[in-house]
Amino acid sequence: MNLDAKIPSGNIKDKWDNHKFDMKLVNPANKRKYKILIVGTGLAGASAAATLAELGYKVDAFTYHDSARRAHSIAAQGGINAAKNYQNDGDSIWRLFYDTVKGGDFRSREANVYRLAQVSANIIDQCAAQGVPFAREYGGTLDNRSFGGAQVSRTFYARGQTGQQLLLGAYSALMRQVGLGHVVLHNRKEMMDLVVIDGIARGIVVRDLITGKIESHVGDAVILATGGYGNIFFLSTNAQACNVTATYRAYKKGAGFANPCYTQIHPTCIPVSGDHQSKLTLMSESLRNDGRIWVPKAHGDKRRPDQIPENERDYYLERKYPSFGNLSPRDISSRAAKQVCDEGRGVGPTGFGVYLDFADAIKRLGKHAIEERYGNLFEMYERITGEDPYTTPMRIYPASHYTMGGLWVDYNLMSTIPGLHVLGEANFSDHGANRLGASALMQGLADGYFVIPYTIGHYLASNKIDKTINTDHPEFIKAEQDAKEKINKLMGIKGKKTPTEFHRELGKLVWDKVGMGRNEAGLKEAIEKIPQIREEFWQNLNVTGEAESLNTALEKANRVADFLEFAEILAWDALERDESCGAHFREEHQTPDGEAVRNDEKFSHVAVWEYQGPDKKPIRNKEELEFENVHLAVRSYK
Amino acid sequence: MKFTLHIWRQKDNKSQGSLVRYDVDGISEDMSFLEMLDILNESLIKKNEEPVAFEHDCREGICGACSMTINGIPHGPERLTTTCQLHMRKFKDGDTIYIEPYRAKAFPIIRDLIVDRSAFDRIQMSGGFISINTGSAPDANAIPVPKYKADKAFDAAACIGCGACVAACPNGSAMLFTAAKVSQYALLPQGQAERGQRVLNMVAQMDKEGFGGCTNHYECEAACPKGISVEFISFMNRELFKASISEKITK
Repeated sequence: MNLDAKIPSGNIKDKWDNHKFDMKLVNPANKRKYKILIVGTGLAGASAAATLAELGYKVDAFTYHDSARRAHSIAAQGGINAAKNYQNDGDSIWRLFYDTVKGGDFRSREANVYRLAQVSANIIDQCAAQGVPFAREYGGTLDNRSFGGAQVSRTFYARGQTGQQLLLGAYSALMRQVGLGHVVLHNRKEMMDLVVIDGIARGIVVRDLITGKIESHVGDAVILATGGYGNIFFLSTNAQACNVTATYRAYKKGAGFANPCYTQIHPTCIPVSGDHQSKLTLMSESLRNDGRIWVPKAHGDKRRPDQIPENERDYYLERKYPSFGNLSPRDISSRAAKQVCDEGRGVGPTGFGVYLDFADAIKRLGKHAIEERYGNLFEMYERITGEDPYTTPMRIYPASHYTMGGLWVDYNLMSTIPGLHVLGEANFSDHGANRLGASALMQGLADGYFVIPYTIGHYLASNKIDKTINTDHPEFIKAEQDAKEKINKLMGIKGKKTPTEFHRELGKLVWDKVGMGRNEAGLKEAIEKIPQIREEFWQNLNVTGEAESLNTALEKANRVADFLEFAEILAWDALERDESCGAHFREEHQTPDGEAVRNDEKFSHVAVWEYQGPDKKPIRNKEELEFENVHLAVRSYK
Repeated sequence: MKFTLHIWRQKDNKSQGSLVRYDVDGISEDMSFLEMLDILNESLIKKNEEPVAFEHDCREGICGACSMTINGIPHGPERLTTTCQLHMRKFKDGDTIYIEPYRAKAFPIIRDLIVDRSAFDRIQMSGGFISINTGSAPDANAIPVPKYKADKAFDAAACIGCGACVAACPNGSAMLFTAAKVSQYALLPQGQAERGQRVLNMVAQMDKEGFGGCTNHYECEAACPKGISVEFISFMNRELFKASISEKITK
């Protein structure tokens, strides 16, 4: 597997500028001769589709939703980072770059991260010009707040609905291009397979979710912007439909899958209340600007929170990490919560919860100020739990939220399959082993608005693309047949268990053994048990209804089938990365006080998994990471 | 908790639909309304029956996918709450609950509780944007926006495009949806260049899609899970009046 990252030479500050000059261009009149297929219309997909269409390319965009506006980017709450330094508090491109590399526990590619920090400022300009109603100061300038892992205020926000407003901005730009006839938008179409011809990505096969019809689309390049695989844990903050299918099918067609074991567990979610639960709801990290996290000092203290006096409370983040306190990064805060709960000091009916308390902030700022900052989050919390967070501390617990791993891409965001580009959460590129808060929105939009529009032109201009290929090509016919066979197989089992039952069983296993804490024995156990669940799935699944109609059970079964295969790679990756780094915590590698211990000598690389065929263990390839600008150090937030 | 459900079942747009009775038991008050339907659906698959098709995704009240009418009210009885955020503790044990799709001429039924809301996309397409190509934006702080205007624009922009306003309106009107988008941009300095054209085009598209007009029932605001105010409808009417004197529809 060729893992040449194609990082431009020169000083890190000049790489992207030089590269933009060195890349080949497509003449404006020739752009309309190229058709680009984009799968997914979240922040990355919608921004890419709109921008490429503005440049003059023909774009076909695909979403499984009824409208492009529903992608899960919409649920991002807290904000988007940008190195604007509007607050005059010492921020810079270099600092955002440094914080992101450090936050990722030195497992990301320096050049990519630097570029991300560079274009971050352009994103804010673009979104403000689109009419995104960011929070403002009284003088009319933009307001900022702080997020985890940073000591400056660089996060732009729109109340607690920043993702919604940014997505609606990208969606409006996309719909404008649809109206102009430059983008053909295919709603309610789910990607079933990638079509690779002579080693080059040339198209996709999709299923129409209303009619069940399988159809093919050919293009000159394919872009996947299909999000992450956090739903592998069954319970997560992801939307119900989020899945690994598009990226996993690309992997089976030859795209390397990088660092699948880097899965982010978000520290502030509403705890699980019972088996009926279908999802976990995030309470934005921005709450940690004003909320204080604590548990009782005594084990098994069952008193009501207001009856526990101040000196019997343990504000453990403030105690352990005085410089960053409640704004310590996500991986560290999540593990700290797990630790105190494992010690028997957790709160709430299950004991798997910690308090996030606003009493001090309300005393200091008044209820009105808190309401203005977090009103919608407080309401959401009350609706779900029936408790009022203005008077009783919130209960929170970590939950699966984001996946840093994804398809491997080079500096141009192209995967190991020429012509297949991957954007946003679906790729692995910028966050290393742990993503900082408010950086997902930044990366999705950076990829879509400011990176792919340049690099895809370079790809198209440097490669001769066979224009005679159409959907009658044998590879398209075979991919369609494979998709139909798979659907028929799922429909034909007629067993006893529902797709959700298998998903829940898999999720529980993966959460227990490949979740927040991992060890060799547990990972080996998962690797042994995952194929057993998969085998039962293919013998005992029940999908009712018909294939050629709207069939929600079939959609679910098709996604769970891929999770059941992908889970094994996730576990292999976690087993073979025999170190702790960022969100990947191997219990064997920790300091006496429970901090992660990296092994830079052996693992300062990206692990890239290469498919070898059904039921064969994939090959683990490596891209070595070089740190020329950031000194590798023990990550300290103390 | 126990409930008697009467749910609208309809195979596709061409078939006749009807209400079908289901009894569910063992429901916890901590479940969301959709989790209650999940339990029903699991039990239907176990009996080799087809699950009830309904739209949902984020389950945190922001994507706007969930769309159903519960006891005659879009998103059910709880104010400012989407169906996915409605919890069973808001019902009484033993209640009978009627669940139907959104009913509106411009939202044809696809299956069971799923309707086609693509008309909203087409309204958006007709003018719900600021024409600014990527790369041509000035520095974000170069365009100051007074806080009260930014806040007001946000109140309008909070729309999740769920369509409850249409389903609640006796006229099946999409005025609240359209007004929210028109107002967001009209309130901001960035939206001024296309201000007149935008409202003319969006209202023309809204009419073309078969949505009715507003006759001041205010059911839309009452049903809106984001509390979008009917003030924006009067704001849009004023915008429309001004623009109809000075500008032409371009689409």
